[in-house]
Amino acid sequence: MSKMNLKVNGKKYEVDLDPSTPVLWVLRDHLNLIGTKYGCGVGSCGACTIHLNGRSLKSCQLPVSAVGVQEITTIEGLSENGEHPIQKAWLDVDVAQCGYCQTGQIMAAVSLLKSKPNPTDEDIDTFMTGNICRCGTYLRIKEAIKKAAKSSNK
Amino acid sequence: MDKSQNNSRRSFLKVSSITGGGMMIGFSWLANLIPNEAFANAETAKEWIELTGFIKISPDNQITIFCPNPEFGQNVMTSLPMLIAEELEVDWSKVKVEAGDYDTPRFKRQFTGGSQSIRMGWQPLRKAGATAKLMLMQAAANEWNLPIAELSAANGMIHHKSSNKSIAYGSLAAAASKLPTPEKVSLKKNGDFSILGTPQKNVEGSKIVKGESLFTMDYKQEGMLIAMAIHPTAFGLKLKSFDATEALKMPGIKDIFEIKVYKDSFERGGFDTRTFNNLVVVVGNTTWEVMNARKRVITQWEPIQETKEMVNTWGSKKEETTPAGLESTDAHMKQMYDLQKKPGKILRKDGNPETAFANAKKTLERTYSAPFLPHNTMEPISCFAHITDEKALFVAPIQIPDMMKQNIMFNLDLSAEKIDIKLARMGGGFGRRAYGHYIIEAGLISKKMKAPIKLIYTREDDMTNGVYRPSYMVTYKAAIDTNNNVTAIHIKGGGIPESAIHQNRFPAGAFENYIAEGWDIKSNITIGAFRAPGSNFIASAEQSFLDELAETIGKDPIDYRIELLKKAKSNPVGKNNDYDADRYIGVLELVKQKSNWSTANNKNAKRGVAAYFCHNSYAAHVVDITMKNGQPVVENVVSALDCGLVVNPEGAKNMVEGAVVDGIGNALYGGLRFENGVPMQKNFNQYRMIRHKESPKKIDIHFVQNNVDPTGLGEPPFPPIFGALANALYKATGKRFYNQPFINDLNKS
Repeated sequence: MSKMNLKVNGKKYEVDLDPSTPVLWVLRDHLNLIGTKYGCGVGSCGACTIHLNGRSLKSCQLPVSAVGVQEITTIEGLSENGEHPIQKAWLDVDVAQCGYCQTGQIMAAVSLLKSKPNPTDEDIDTFMTGNICRCGTYLRIKEAIKKAAKSSNK
Repeated sequence: MDKSQNNSRRSFLKVSSITGGGMMIGFSWLANLIPNEAFANAETAKEWIELTGFIKISPDNQITIFCPNPEFGQNVMTSLPMLIAEELEVDWSKVKVEAGDYDTPRFKRQFTGGSQSIRMGWQPLRKAGATAKLMLMQAAANEWNLPIAELSAANGMIHHKSSNKSIAYGSLAAAASKLPTPEKVSLKKNGDFSILGTPQKNVEGSKIVKGESLFTMDYKQEGMLIAMAIHPTAFGLKLKSFDATEALKMPGIKDIFEIKVYKDSFERGGFDTRTFNNLVVVVGNTTWEVMNARKRVITQWEPIQETKEMVNTWGSKKEETTPAGLESTDAHMKQMYDLQKKPGKILRKDGNPETAFANAKKTLERTYSAPFLPHNTMEPISCFAHITDEKALFVAPIQIPDMMKQNIMFNLDLSAEKIDIKLARMGGGFGRRAYGHYIIEAGLISKKMKAPIKLIYTREDDMTNGVYRPSYMVTYKAAIDTNNNVTAIHIKGGGIPESAIHQNRFPAGAFENYIAEGWDIKSNITIGAFRAPGSNFIASAEQSFLDELAETIGKDPIDYRIELLKKAKSNPVGKNNDYDADRYIGVLELVKQKSNWSTANNKNAKRGVAAYFCHNSYAAHVVDITMKNGQPVVENVVSALDCGLVVNPEGAKNMVEGAVVDGIGNALYGGLRFENGVPMQKNFNQYRMIRHKESPKKIDIHFVQNNVDPTGLGEPPFPPIFGALANALYKATGKRFYNQPFINDLNKS
């Protein structure tokens, strides 16, 4: 066990736990931020996607000891009331079926638009390929990303 | 207005007042259906639903509809309340929808599955809305001392036109709740709707994009412990012994013990799987601690013996044998090929197929196979339980709460009134969550720990302790005469452990001489319902074969299907043909038109077609592909559906898109291999799921416009996509694909 300081969604937290604990479980079990989902634990499905210093990554593969002073953003910290352009586009396009993977998809999409404000279909396919949607809402996700890109570039 | 409806059975509606004024209307969705109607066909009999729900009208005019139907992505939390709102005459944008709990006596019976929610909810849900509206109108008539005939209802208000008076439902609800329930109500005519047929968004969309707590995995309670179970490493093994000495020393670990899930005396129902009945359970403070300690538990497994037991499925008892042994995919394939060479059990026979084959100028014979499939719901299996002397609380992702209740009572020694099951939104279902062994597991753990616990399956647990789609094989054979006419069809096939043959489905009825035979192979690998059970394989084989047959006799694949269906309609062969030829033709004609099938360049297009009917709805797809680096790129899918009236076009389209993507993914990549009882893929780094870049670039969906009462869409669009893809792959590669997943043969070429 060791004590660590974390900055998540702009808030400071002190945790005392096994330093090898993946950030996914720190968020879910210790900080009660359950919007970040467990899907596979091996970095292959993307349900646990978060931002570390603004870049998306799979939190099940990140030991908490590796975070240091880097800032974590989760779906709960993406916007105050779900009004981030990506979240709005997700609702406009009515993307979700079961909804379980969608927070991870949204976090990945936000990161994509940061690096590529006007992504092509191929950009989206490549960047989002780590995020599985078992219900098969891929086309709607693509549409929502393009819609958000358009609204942000106005 | 038409279709006067009797509230014949007292149990259908229950109206009550709520504290502070207001009205609560409970209804049992199927209580007014006669049993014969509900059990009209065999498919439905196994998978029908009976649900109850609630409408709440508060004094401040807030209309809340409690949707008791468990939601797992099929969007029933939106579409079912729409049925109520339509007849209730309320502003849909102001209706609040909440998930109901499994909470007797409020909700008497709940079962979800078989694409039946909309079909079964169509009459009773609208009746509930219409009854409530009529009672509110009566309350207004009493209040104003006016004849009810002079009043009308709209947007949650009752109006009197000549005096220009209006009153909100909320102000009438308390009085309405004290009125007698009307004997008869009228429902709107199909086509006269203002909410139904308009696209409406997922009522939980906003919660989903914000990551709010909706799923069982997210549920928490003060003092809750985390539990994980260790199950045998292979099917065919059981627990012999375990040593938890080291694991118990690990930080955060509370206890490690064995549970026996179902009692020996438990009479299994069709949804009770007990393949791994003895589990080692690790309980601790946090998920990560439990995951780590679990690795330190030393387990020993031993072979199971053959068992025979009676399984009670929907009242019919059948002896089920679970063989001993460690099974492998290669041996399964050999066993299936061997049985294909022997006579099977005759399921249906029309005319004289033997003579037709003896006289045939040539025959076309093709064999198709498919592997076991895990459901791989994105949210792995989980369940919360807190059992105290007073109460047993479960938060569970379950499709069949009512049946689980009997199971819980028996195996956890709990009386009915103590049990409270809260139904969480499910992170995918696809059939997996009809098998609720995990609820008993969670209950036993909570009982032992005397604490609230959440049982979590890791992805590996979920994939290797699954309830899989069976593995199948089927051979289609056609007799062709000197005039290139098909004179007989022979279908023979089976599966592990059950056959997928639906002997009364198309093309039965279209051929003078027809025979279908089946067989099965016992197995100790757990199987169960998977999106369109049986159909999800047989449609692929049948539709691939018809495509090859049409080509062999020189006909266009769509025209040939339509020709056969016309024959089956005008001069049907045999009895019990289980399809409506006109509606089947309808989707084929529509997909033909929308895909520009008849244009000149169609011949060169790399496209395939397939159509199928199951779960009361009709579906046809045309798939266009190109090949890139030896792999198919799905450029476009055109889909035609006939599910009668489309209740929520937005949700309906999403469902069809999902089925298309799911079907393409499973056809190309899906399959769980076994070696010596061990599932060879355990997680998404080994099991290939369809991803963004493999998804079709475009899906163009069209519905047959009619006023037929609506049917479901969760399953029907899924089975035919496999065949359409196989037929497109043939056009693109010159090779026919007979064995799923297609990627194996694709990579060999």
